[in-house]
Amino acid sequence: MVPLNYYIVLSAILFTLGVVGVLIRRNALIIFMSVELMLNAANLAFVAFSSVIKSFSGQIFVFFVIAVAAAEVAVGLALIVEIFKSKRSIDVDQMSSLKG
Amino acid sequence: MTLDLIFFLLLSLIAVATALGMLLGRNAVYSALFLVLNFITVAVFYLLLGAPFIAMAQVTVYAGAIMVLFLFVIMLLGVENLPMTEVLPWQKPLAGVLAVVLAVEATVIFLTRARPAGDVLPPEESANMVESLREMGIMLFDQYLLPFEVTSILLLVAMVGAIVLVRKEKRVH
Amino acid sequence: MFQAESTLSGFFFLAPWLVLAPVIGLLINLVFGKRFSEGLVGTVASLASGAAFIISVLLAYSVSANHGEVVRWRLAEWIHIGALQLDWTFRVDSLSTTMMLVVSGVGTLIHIYAIGYMHEDVRFKNDVGRFRRFFIYLNLFIAMMMILVSGDSYLMLFVGWEGVGLCSFLLIGFWYELDTLGRSSWANSNAAKKAFIVNRVGDFGFLIAGFIMFWALGSFQFDEVFEAAEGAAPGVILAITLLMLVGVAGKSAQIPLYVWLPDAMAGPTPVSALIHAATMVTAGVYLITRSAELYTLVPQAQYIVALTGAVTALFAATIAVGQYDIKKVLAYSTISQLGFMVAAVGMGAFVAGMFHLITHAFFKALLFLSAGSVILGVERGHHHAEHAHAHPTGKHSKGKKKEERQKQPHEEEGAHFDAGDMRNMGGLRKTMPVTYWLYMIGTLALAGIFPFAGFWSKDEILLDASEHYQVVYWLLSIAAFFTAFYMGRQIWMVFFGEPRHEAAAHAQESPRVMTVPLMVLAFLSVVGGALNLPFEGLHNLGHWLEYTLHEVESLPLNYGVAGISTILAVAAIYVSWLIYGRNPLRRGEIDPLKRRLGAVFTGAEHKWFVDEIYQAIIVTPFRRLSQFLADVIDWRFWHDWFHEQVIAGTYNWVSNIALNRYADQRGIDAVANNLAGITQWFSATLRKVQNGFVRSYALSVLLGVVLIVGYLILK
Repeated sequence: MVPLNYYIVLSAILFTLGVVGVLIRRNALIIFMSVELMLNAANLAFVAFSSVIKSFSGQIFVFFVIAVAAAEVAVGLALIVEIFKSKRSIDVDQMSSLKG
Repeated sequence: MTLDLIFFLLLSLIAVATALGMLLGRNAVYSALFLVLNFITVAVFYLLLGAPFIAMAQVTVYAGAIMVLFLFVIMLLGVENLPMTEVLPWQKPLAGVLAVVLAVEATVIFLTRARPAGDVLPPEESANMVESLREMGIMLFDQYLLPFEVTSILLLVAMVGAIVLVRKEKRVH
Repeated sequence: MFQAESTLSGFFFLAPWLVLAPVIGLLINLVFGKRFSEGLVGTVASLASGAAFIISVLLAYSVSANHGEVVRWRLAEWIHIGALQLDWTFRVDSLSTTMMLVVSGVGTLIHIYAIGYMHEDVRFKNDVGRFRRFFIYLNLFIAMMMILVSGDSYLMLFVGWEGVGLCSFLLIGFWYELDTLGRSSWANSNAAKKAFIVNRVGDFGFLIAGFIMFWALGSFQFDEVFEAAEGAAPGVILAITLLMLVGVAGKSAQIPLYVWLPDAMAGPTPVSALIHAATMVTAGVYLITRSAELYTLVPQAQYIVALTGAVTALFAATIAVGQYDIKKVLAYSTISQLGFMVAAVGMGAFVAGMFHLITHAFFKALLFLSAGSVILGVERGHHHAEHAHAHPTGKHSKGKKKEERQKQPHEEEGAHFDAGDMRNMGGLRKTMPVTYWLYMIGTLALAGIFPFAGFWSKDEILLDASEHYQVVYWLLSIAAFFTAFYMGRQIWMVFFGEPRHEAAAHAQESPRVMTVPLMVLAFLSVVGGALNLPFEGLHNLGHWLEYTLHEVESLPLNYGVAGISTILAVAAIYVSWLIYGRNPLRRGEIDPLKRRLGAVFTGAEHKWFVDEIYQAIIVTPFRRLSQFLADVIDWRFWHDWFHEQVIAGTYNWVSNIALNRYADQRGIDAVANNLAGITQWFSATLRKVQNGFVRSYALSVLLGVVLIVGYLILK
């Protein structure tokens, strides 16, 4: 019997790692992947709760999240390809034209 | 220390390790592959939590489709390695500190405010997959019909958007 | 409140028209007068004055028809404030109707005379357009005098008092830019100012008396004052009466405020006759008579009044002996006769005083107007003589003379000719016979020769004086002697002997418009004594005034007093004949009295240097003080130093240095500018957050999340 709290902690750690990834890496793709990691951590929490309260709602939610994530990735990667076409690089530090 | 617990700890270790691997990898392809491993680990977690459908969906969609997409783009753009110049010196330390704080806060919130009762289901009680699957399907088309339909439209829109984005602009001569 | 007309018969409702008729006359002349001929202007004014006279007659008749009952006819509300409840009320009783008749009667005659006199005067002075102004002022004077004599309260009387003072000023200074000889000068306007200012001193006394009256007795209205006076402290009444005496001294030219009247001769002769002989100067006598009930309460005040009058009478008579100007002699004579009147009413002989007022109005007006006739006659002679020399072609017609006069202004020849100087006259009996006889009648009346009017009135005063105060009697008797003497001197010098100047030799008689009113006055001077003969049953004026004054002394004729006064008068005329008549003065000769009396005569000639003393003691220090106050205190101290240095300097310092430099520039501007600077610095600093790096934005998002969640945890 694994207490729910362990799953919560695990989810929190994974989420934090995803946040760190977004903040630290300069490669846009890696950042994107970190975002996926964050989504995943949330999904894990959902499923864990769903298991505890013995309801399918959590899983349904995860189902939708996965679908949305897929759509998001599609569009995001298209964008990154576009950026690469104009900038010849996907280093986010080089996309700082909006500096004040 | 039950078997569940050992298994859990082992899997969580792998999950965290792969996540770290993804973060710290120099090569983008390595990061992607690490992430794939992470996803698979999480899918195993789902199985342990009695959500087989979600586990399979995770593997199929996330690990199978999304990550493959990522790998396609990485290979396409040829951006495995990036130069090492750092323009924001305080970014890394600060991010680390804040992330730790966030982790702590999240844990604290969950543990003090949200007090769910009990433990997770043991896996053997979720053995009746067909029944649970049917129930989930009914719920999907019954309670969550609207989100379901909207999601389908969303996917359509995403497809169209992606195609529009990469389409070459017609030059008017 | 006026008594119901139904219980009284008569014309009392006409009372306001006494004032309104002259006012209408003056308004007509003021608005339309420029388009009128001279004759029309004079006629309008004379009709207005005549209307006032007719109304006075009707009012007098109404009073007698009602057995002397006092009628107070209210015209309008005036002051209703707190304790002071005063209205414009006309008081019609025997005393006021007497004054009304004298003023309007003599006034109308003088208006008619003035038509002729001013016609020539404006041509001598080369300003024909000023004719109409004279009659406007004359009508204004009549209106003001009517307010004075018919007022029912001291305050209304004072309105008239001030008004006649104003008219006196306007009329004395009628030729304000000239002097009496017609040269450009300040002399006439100075004389007008002197009259006004000296009168002001008198008015000051009157005002203080009025204030005390209101404060102690609670009212200004005659009946209420007299009633309250009976219960008041005698010291208060003494103060009131003595202060009123100050006012009388100013208006009726007594010592020490008589000095304006001789200077007032600068005005045209009708003015001298009307205002300074017959009417305005008698206002003081009227005031004391009206206040009889106050004066009888304080015998000490009565004695002072009587003495003042008597001393003034003698003092002025001595000055008159040494004067050379024909009008100045008459002026000092007026002061002297006013002294008689004031002495009379001071003693309590109100009827005698009023009687002399009336007769004096007749013969003094006659004398002044005749003197005017003499002066004009000599002027005419002067011009005739000049043009006879310039154009020796015989007699000229009047019209031609005027043209030539305008072509050759006589100011260009040598010294100016003084037509009023008796030393330039002589022998006018032959060239101006009508004027001569009129003047004789006036002189005899003034000297107090039986049976002329002056004899009866002056004798009554002497009689009353002998009964009351011996000192006054002797002073007045000596003054009477001098009166006859200087009038005799005047007659011999002017009308007898040989002309001492060509002007006198060629003098011409005056036109009928001037001589006819004089004849009326002469007639009145002869028969006027009948007003109050000292025989049983003939005290007409006494009975008449008894209605108002209640206590009237009617003394029978005392042959002793009458005899002494007649002997004195005749003796004086004889002495004057001895000195001036037997060997008439020749041209260039010094006055024989001067030879005999030397320094004394010089003193009299120079008015005993009273004006010089006033100048030294009062006027010059006052001028110096005001000069000091104006120059040093006002300009140098107040303007230059205080305003410039202190106020302006402080203000400048405050605004420039304190406010501008420190507060504004260094303070507020600094804040404003620095505010912008701070904002700039702030924004420049904040701008650095927008470094364009997505990662740093994400970091700030994370920071926000951490903070919020932390807050939620800690809450």
